[in-house]
Amino acid sequence: MSTAAVKDVSSTAVVRQDHLTVALIGNPNTGKTTLFNALTGLKQHVGNYPGVTVERKVGTLQLDEQTRIDLVDLPGTYSLAARSPDEMIAVDVLLGQQDGAEKIDVVLAIADASNPERNFYLISQLCELNLPVVIALNMIDVAESKGLEIDADKIASALGTAVIPICANKGKNLDRLRAALKSALNERKAPAGPLPAFSAEMKGEIDSLMHELQAQTAKLNRHVNRLEAFRVLVDKGGYAEQRLQKLLGADFTANLDSHRQKASKIPLPAEEVRVRYAWVKEILSGAVKRPAQPPATRSDAIDKVLTHWFSGTLIFAGMMMIVFQSIFRWSTPLMDLISELFDKLGESVGASMAEGALKSLVCDGVIAGAGGVLVFLPQICILFLFIAILEDCGYMSRAAFLMDRLLSHAGLSGKSFIPMLSSFACAVPGVMSTRTIENWRDRLTTILVAPLMSCSARLPVYYIMIAAFIPERNVAGGWLSLQGLTLFGMYGVGILVAVPIAWLLKKTLLKGETPPFLIELPSYKMPDWRTVLLRVYDRGKAFVLRAGTIILAVSVVVWALSYFPHDPEIGKSFDLQRDAVNASADNDEIKKSKLDDIDKAESGEYLRQSYFGAIGRTVEPVFKPLGWDWRISMAAIASFPAREVIVATLGTIFNLGSNEDEESQSLREALQRATWDESPRKLFNIPVALSIMVFFALCSQCAATLATIKRETNGWKWPLFSFTYMTALAYFGAMLAYNVGMWLGWGS
Amino acid sequence: MQTLDCLKPGQRATVKSVSGEGSAVYQRLMEMGVFEGVEVEVIRFAPLGDPMELRLHGYNLSVRKADALNVHVEVLP
Repeated sequence: MSTAAVKDVSSTAVVRQDHLTVALIGNPNTGKTTLFNALTGLKQHVGNYPGVTVERKVGTLQLDEQTRIDLVDLPGTYSLAARSPDEMIAVDVLLGQQDGAEKIDVVLAIADASNPERNFYLISQLCELNLPVVIALNMIDVAESKGLEIDADKIASALGTAVIPICANKGKNLDRLRAALKSALNERKAPAGPLPAFSAEMKGEIDSLMHELQAQTAKLNRHVNRLEAFRVLVDKGGYAEQRLQKLLGADFTANLDSHRQKASKIPLPAEEVRVRYAWVKEILSGAVKRPAQPPATRSDAIDKVLTHWFSGTLIFAGMMMIVFQSIFRWSTPLMDLISELFDKLGESVGASMAEGALKSLVCDGVIAGAGGVLVFLPQICILFLFIAILEDCGYMSRAAFLMDRLLSHAGLSGKSFIPMLSSFACAVPGVMSTRTIENWRDRLTTILVAPLMSCSARLPVYYIMIAAFIPERNVAGGWLSLQGLTLFGMYGVGILVAVPIAWLLKKTLLKGETPPFLIELPSYKMPDWRTVLLRVYDRGKAFVLRAGTIILAVSVVVWALSYFPHDPEIGKSFDLQRDAVNASADNDEIKKSKLDDIDKAESGEYLRQSYFGAIGRTVEPVFKPLGWDWRISMAAIASFPAREVIVATLGTIFNLGSNEDEESQSLREALQRATWDESPRKLFNIPVALSIMVFFALCSQCAATLATIKRETNGWKWPLFSFTYMTALAYFGAMLAYNVGMWLGWGS
Repeated sequence: MQTLDCLKPGQRATVKSVSGEGSAVYQRLMEMGVFEGVEVEVIRFAPLGDPMELRLHGYNLSVRKADALNVHVEVLP
């Protein structure tokens, strides 16, 4: 974060009445998003905080006819003790020192009424901010069903601030909440009740550290307040400490060590926790009554089945099968429809335009590119519909609970399972779904290995190569078909490579303290449909607007490389052939088919003479160790926008036109016939087919995935890294496959 | 004294101490309400044997056995 824009929280600048900001904060699984949506409706927008990957969600909250304020949704957190830049966002926003965020006027803290003890831990920290705090005790109905008796008024008088029991999903008591926010905005008083009673010794240590830090940072236009000093002193190795260390260097470290030395009589983190829980106990005493014997809830009964070693695993497998099928198969009709619409659009627009570069740009560049963006929407929307439902009803954390062990071998956690599984259909929604992983290193590792899973765009490549070159033979005593086995092997390659890569990333580049995998398993509830649908809408919109523009730009560049220089001499020679056909005595049908062949040969010649052709010839020596000639090389490079493009490109290169698909018999035959330039030697054989398949299994030829990674990681660094490492893997993997194949004598 | 990861489903225990002071695990355990004097019940283990599900303060928490190793407990009858 830049220090120049840091605002002084103690400044008494007049707050404009028309711009009041309330921050919504709470533990995860408290119904925070549901409350946010219920209060703001559709009047919200999502962005990113500069420099980090945390979503910045701001909505408009109408308190009454005159008063409209901004409501900022802060990331769910259990405490203000941040261990990563992402976790620090909530703290910085509350302190008014976050770039691109407004100063906070009132804190709206949401707490799960069925678990007040743990939820009030965070509230104890919020009460120390010297800001007005309004507390929404959510899911009061769930708490009652668990047999809890909660006296909100009693808590309110103990805290000295408003405590409103609500049901966000039913809209219950939201009027009272709005009224409480309004009076908090008018009165601007921090909670009047007692604060956590830290010892004088500890307070003194924090104050003296704060003063020293303030003196050290004064020249840097950076203000350190009490809360930040508190976090620096208590959270050993925490983010507050790391950040000041970077800013102040060795002086800071020495200074902090001496303060910790002096405070060594106080067992620091434990002391904080002890004092805060004592405060929580005091605040809630007499106001919360738990039944001696908690009643068996419906949620417990559901969990007995859903996390049972047998039925739980079975239901989980079934559920994942449905998710996978839905993105893999059920989205196909919609995707086909979109492709068809864009093909038709291209045709009808093209029909009204004159032949030439502009027509080709509009039809083959822009319209095809836009179609290439929108074609991902069905998969993204369907996956996020499932994820939003599973997350909102509480199953998602069970899925992580069930799968954690499996992924811990790769240094990841159970939360990476759904993104990985989704990536078998398409890495774009897979990468987008990593937002459920709070830990940044785990999330980034998942983003980097997810594209190694064999997605549906690789299938056409596998299909054409297997059908053309892998013999139709049964192996293993007739039990397995060699072709099926090869396909299985291609899926296996991705998984087998992903595990060591993930492990390696976590050991090297993304090394750091392994976050403890402590997750709450919340009570099941009916999903809130508004929350679910808004989530789907948000994700779809974000993809089209942010990733879509990059994909479109790539499509246009790739179009230009395959269109230009477009030497008119080539056209002239084919026109002569056309004239000859037209003048011949053949009947119309034969003429038409001959003209068709000339068209295909012409576009083949244009493509071979394009910049891509030149690139292919230039890089041929590089790809020769993979068994490729310049035509395969250029087809592979031209498939940068999307892997499946290679099938159409090969079709054009071998004079069959661009409409050949992976099931085309003529493309198969053309590939089988193809020879090296000026040589009778066959271009393709089993090792070459294997090397192409392995290359496409491991490479990063997908502009959409890279654009999505750019969006999700907020910069070009990680998509570039992803592209580089995957291309290197693909290259050496393909080389290995080719050479092993040749060595085994499959080349003849 | 036993560590939390050795308990069986259905067993209840009182937390006596948490080790690993200063580590992220320690701090997270504390924030999630696992500290001295708190009563926990082991609900179940995940099908693959890890992590484990606990109930404390009236809510359910999933903890890896490797992290639960830090929690020293006294089993309640």
